[in-house]
Amino acid sequence: MDQPILKATGLSKKYGDNVVFHNIDIAVEQGDIIVIIGPSGTGKSTLLRCLNLLTKADSGKIWLDGTEITAPGHSEDEVRQHIGMVFQNFLLFNHLTALGNVMLGLTKVRHLPREQAREKALSELNRVGLADRAGHYPGQLSGGQQQRVAIARALAMDPRVMLFDEPTSALDPELIGEVLEVMRQLAMQKMTMLVVTHEMGFAREVANRIIFMEKGSIVEEGAPNELFLRPKFERTREFLWKITELYGHKKE
Amino acid sequence: MLQNFIIYIGSGTAVTVSVTLAALPMGIVLGLSFALLHIYGGKWLSRLMTVYSTLMRGVPPIVLLFILYFIIAGSINISPFWAGSIALGWVSSAYQMEIFRGALLSVGGGQMLAARAIGMSRWTAVRYVVLPQALRLAIPPWSNEVSIVLKDSSLVYALGVPEILRRAQQLSATTQQPFLAYGTAALIYFILVFTTNRLLDHLEQRTRLPAQL
Repeated sequence: MDQPILKATGLSKKYGDNVVFHNIDIAVEQGDIIVIIGPSGTGKSTLLRCLNLLTKADSGKIWLDGTEITAPGHSEDEVRQHIGMVFQNFLLFNHLTALGNVMLGLTKVRHLPREQAREKALSELNRVGLADRAGHYPGQLSGGQQQRVAIARALAMDPRVMLFDEPTSALDPELIGEVLEVMRQLAMQKMTMLVVTHEMGFAREVANRIIFMEKGSIVEEGAPNELFLRPKFERTREFLWKITELYGHKKE
Repeated sequence: MLQNFIIYIGSGTAVTVSVTLAALPMGIVLGLSFALLHIYGGKWLSRLMTVYSTLMRGVPPIVLLFILYFIIAGSINISPFWAGSIALGWVSSAYQMEIFRGALLSVGGGQMLAARAIGMSRWTAVRYVVLPQALRLAIPPWSNEVSIVLKDSSLVYALGVPEILRRAQQLSATTQQPFLAYGTAALIYFILVFTTNRLLDHLEQRTRLPAQL
């Protein structure tokens, strides 16, 4: 009963001679909100993509709800229905309205009847506060609104876990807040989330576990207070110091 | 006399339009399928498509038309009209393949990634996410190809199909008025190309996605 929703052991990935990450173990329990931090190019985004099989890991195993999804013959498309993903650059379907974006997975993947899909999509848009923008195309939405639609699109599939890949990195500073707010609400609704971000304020406030990754390995992990206030490793301390210098102390 | 002139060249116009209408859909179906195979068909199919496109586009259409005509006419018993139309569509498929390939590529990998991330299969993603965007992008270059096919339909003249140019030549010979005959042919081609391009411009406007004002 208490098995993790998403679990990976010994996950490794390299492109040619370039090791992206090596021998990563990770377990995401029901209701976990895990934030992965670390310098750019340490394999955080690739790790997320390997977890929902968008990128094939070179070795290691991944389980979703106790079923090994890296086993040969297991349907990747089926797996991805249950793992929501939000990208740094939104990636909304440009030819569809906000409503169309959220509906597409419901009608074409889950094969819901149109009316039912529409209702569900509207309620998801409502959840991210954009019901009034249902008829707008991505080109007519701000970056923050586009990212919220992207979140609604992922939520519509009723995922077991949501992966966020630097969801606010491509946003103007004044638009970051609205996206983080939606994520905070998801956290309150006990959505299981795995978030790669540089938003330390969000990490401290919302996460129940922080993972610090560097050069393709997990250096340190722990509860936010533990990791932020008493980091065990010099590298973690250095990184945190640099990032607070960069982003300010607004959440202190 | 004038009435005969009009009827004569009018029937040529009908043939030109029919040849084009037969060749274009064939070019679309083949061109789009080849473009999809090129991009999503894996290494070997992709190479095969590159070879196909390079060879087809490296030879003048009229030469291909003769070769294809004799291949088609030699293997099945069909009229010069159909043999010519099929050959023309075949030639066009290589050019249309490049048009659709360019359009598919400019949609970008991110759209495919996002579609796969909600559990779509590759084919479902191509059909509902990539293609609707690519076809929009393809309209302007495709419009250009339509006018090329329309004008290249004059090449089936060489196969004995009585389209505008052949009619004009016959008229020129019988009436001894080459300027009038070829001038009329030129005018008809121009009107056909102009109208088609305007229609496609209109289609492009209508399907254009709204952007932030």
